Amino acid sequence: MDLFEYQGKQFFAEYGMPVSPGEVAFTVDEAVAAAEHVGTPVMVKAQVHAGGRGKAGGVKFAADLDAVREHAANILGLDIKGHIVKRVWVEKASDIAEEYYASFTLDRSAKKHLGMLSAEGGVEIETVAEENPDAIAKIWIDPVDGLTPEVAREWVLAADLNPAVTDGAVDMLLKLYRAYTEGDADLCEINPLIVTPDDVVHVLDAKVTLDGNSVFRHPEYAQYDATQPRDERETAAHEKGLQYVGLDGSVGVIANGAGLAMSTVDVVNQVGGKSANFLDVGGGANADVMAGALEVINNDPDVLSILINIFGGITRGEEVANGILEAMQRVTIDAPIVIRLDGTNADEGRAILQPILSDTLMMEDTMLAAARRAVELAS
Amino acid sequence: MSIFVDENTKVVYQGLTGSQGSYYGTLNRDYGTQVVAGTHPKKAGTDVDGIPIYATVAEAMEATGATASCIFIPAAGVLGAVIESAEAGIEFIVAITEGVPAHDEAYFYNKLARDFPGTRLLGPNCPGIISPGKCNIGITAGHIAKPGGPVGIVSRSGTLTYQALYELKQKDIGVTTCVGIGGDPVPGTSFIDCLRAFEADPETKAVMMIGEIGGSAEEEAAEFIKHHMTKPVSSYIAGVTAPPGKKMGHAGAIVSGGKGTAKAKMEALRNAGVQVGNNPTEAGELMVEIVASL
Repeated sequence: MDLFEYQGKQFFAEYGMPVSPGEVAFTVDEAVAAAEHVGTPVMVKAQVHAGGRGKAGGVKFAADLDAVREHAANILGLDIKGHIVKRVWVEKASDIAEEYYASFTLDRSAKKHLGMLSAEGGVEIETVAEENPDAIAKIWIDPVDGLTPEVAREWVLAADLNPAVTDGAVDMLLKLYRAYTEGDADLCEINPLIVTPDDVVHVLDAKVTLDGNSVFRHPEYAQYDATQPRDERETAAHEKGLQYVGLDGSVGVIANGAGLAMSTVDVVNQVGGKSANFLDVGGGANADVMAGALEVINNDPDVLSILINIFGGITRGEEVANGILEAMQRVTIDAPIVIRLDGTNADEGRAILQPILSDTLMMEDTMLAAARRAVELAS
Repeated sequence: MSIFVDENTKVVYQGLTGSQGSYYGTLNRDYGTQVVAGTHPKKAGTDVDGIPIYATVAEAMEATGATASCIFIPAAGVLGAVIESAEAGIEFIVAITEGVPAHDEAYFYNKLARDFPGTRLLGPNCPGIISPGKCNIGITAGHIAKPGGPVGIVSRSGTLTYQALYELKQKDIGVTTCVGIGGDPVPGTSFIDCLRAFEADPETKAVMMIGEIGGSAEEEAAEFIKHHMTKPVSSYIAGVTAPPGKKMGHAGAIVSGGKGTAKAKMEALRNAGVQVGNNPTEAGELMVEIVASL
C-alpha cells in the first residue's frame, strides 16, 4: 500500500521525525486557505503515487497567495505519468543547504533489511547508483539485531555527510528505522533529506509503502487504505474481498490461484488477445465467490468475453461446476463465457455443465484452446 | 528417494483444531502421512478425529517422536508458532498460512539461520510438500500426483504446481518430491535449496521449476543451475504480461523498478541451459521430452 507524500510525512512525524507544517488541499481555494494558515512562502506539491513530479511541473514554490492560487490551479488536474492530480500538499518552504538521501527496504536476496544513505540526494537514487555507486553507503541489518546507535554512526561516517550534522543524521536514521520496522513498511525513503543553513536535518519528501499483510496489528492503516487510488472495478472487487487487478483488454479472466490467474492472463496475450483483468477466486471457487467475481467482471464495459479457468485440486470438479452453475443463476451475464475445468473429477464437473452449454456458454478442454476461443469471441 | 520428507516423517500440526487445520490435517493423515499430533494451549488431552492434542510442540514431540511440524495458525500467530517449533527442536517446519507480515518473515528467517541451523522452514504462504505415495504435508490434493520418479518439482505457485503434477500424471510420469516454496518475499526454503537437494537425490533425474514475477530468486536459481546442476531442468515463469507496480495476488509477485520481470527470468534460465516453456502446458511437454531422453 503506497502512501501519498503527506501521509508519509504524518507517518514519520508519529515516530518523532521533523517534518514541515502543511495542509492537504483538494481545490484551489483550499490551497490558498492552507497557505494562509501555514504562512508564505510555501511549496505547492502534487500528491500522486508517481515519481518525477518536479519535472512534470507538479512541485512549485509560491512566494505569496497569488502564486499559490496560480500554481494550485495548474497542478490540480495535471496528468503525471497517467496519474491525475486530485490533491496538493501545501507546505511551509524550507531553506536548503544540502540534500541527502536515506531509505530502508527489504533486500529479498540477502533476506535482510537494506539501508541506503547518500550525500547526493534530491535526484533519483537509481541515477546515483548508476553514475556514482560509491556515493551510496549501504548497510544490511539483521532484523534480529536491529539498528544500533553505534552501527548507525559508522554508517553516517561512511556516507561522508557534513560532519556538523553527524549527530542529527544518526538520530534521524534511528527514528526512520523504527518507523520502518514498527510501522511494518516495505519501503521508507526520504529524498531529499535536507540540511538547513543552521545544520538541522529535516524531512523534505516521504515515500512510504506499507505491508498490507500487517494490517491486523495496524488499525491506523484503514485511513491510508481509504485513499488508495482504485478504479471502479478494483473498488467493487476490493469490497467483495477478491484479488483483482484491472488491466486494459477485453477478455475478463477468472481463475483459482494467483499463479494460474497470472498464467491465464499471459496465455490470453500469447494467443493474440488482451485481458481486462487479473482475478483470483482462491482455492474453493464456491458459488458465492464465483457470483461475486462474475458480477465484477460483468460490470466492466470493456469486457467482450469471459474466460473461467479452474483447476480442481482438493476442491472437486463437481463442486466447482455447481458453484459456476449457481452463480450463473444469480447473475445475468452479458458477455459470452468460455470455461476450462480440469483436475480432480473434471469429467464429473464437465457433465454437470454440459446441459447448459450454448453459444454463449462454452467449454474447452485445455487452457490454450479456451484462451483462443475467448479471444475470438472478444474480437 | 525423496527430499526433506519420507514415509517415516512424523508430523505435529500447529492449529489442528481449527477448521483449515483439521480439514487438511485429516486429509494428509488419510493420504498416509504420519500425522501424530496437534497442538493447542488450552485443548491438551482432547483429540481431532483420533489425533491427540498437546499443549505445546515440545510436549507433542516428547510423546510422539515428531520431527516435522505443519502450521495452520492465523497470520498473526505464525511468528510465535515458527519459533516454538524451532525451540522445541523440530527439524522441518511447513508454514501454510498466507498473509504473514514481511517483517515477521525476515525476523524468523534470520533467527532460524542463526540460532537453529538444523531446522528447515518451508513457506509461509505455500501449498506444502508432497512425496507421492509417502508423505503429504499441506494442501496439495494427493491423488493428482503419481508416485515414483524421475521428476522433482519446485514451485512458487500453488495451482500451477497442481497443474504440473496433474499433467505429468496424465502422461504417466512420476514425481519424487514436489516442493511448494510459496510466493512470499522471504521464503524459508529457496529454489536453490531444493535444486541442490534434487541434484543430490539419486532417484530424481530431472527437475521442473515453476517461477513467477518479482524478486530475483529465479535469476539466482539460474546461476546455480549453470554451475552446479548436472540434471536437466524445465521451467515456466508466470506473469509475462503483469503490469509494473501491481501486486498479482502473491505478496512477492510484483515488478518494481523494472526488476523481476518474467522476460528477464526466462532469459537467465535459458542462458543456464534450462528448457523454458511459454505456458504451463508447453513446460509439461518439454518435461515429457526430457524424461523420454533420459
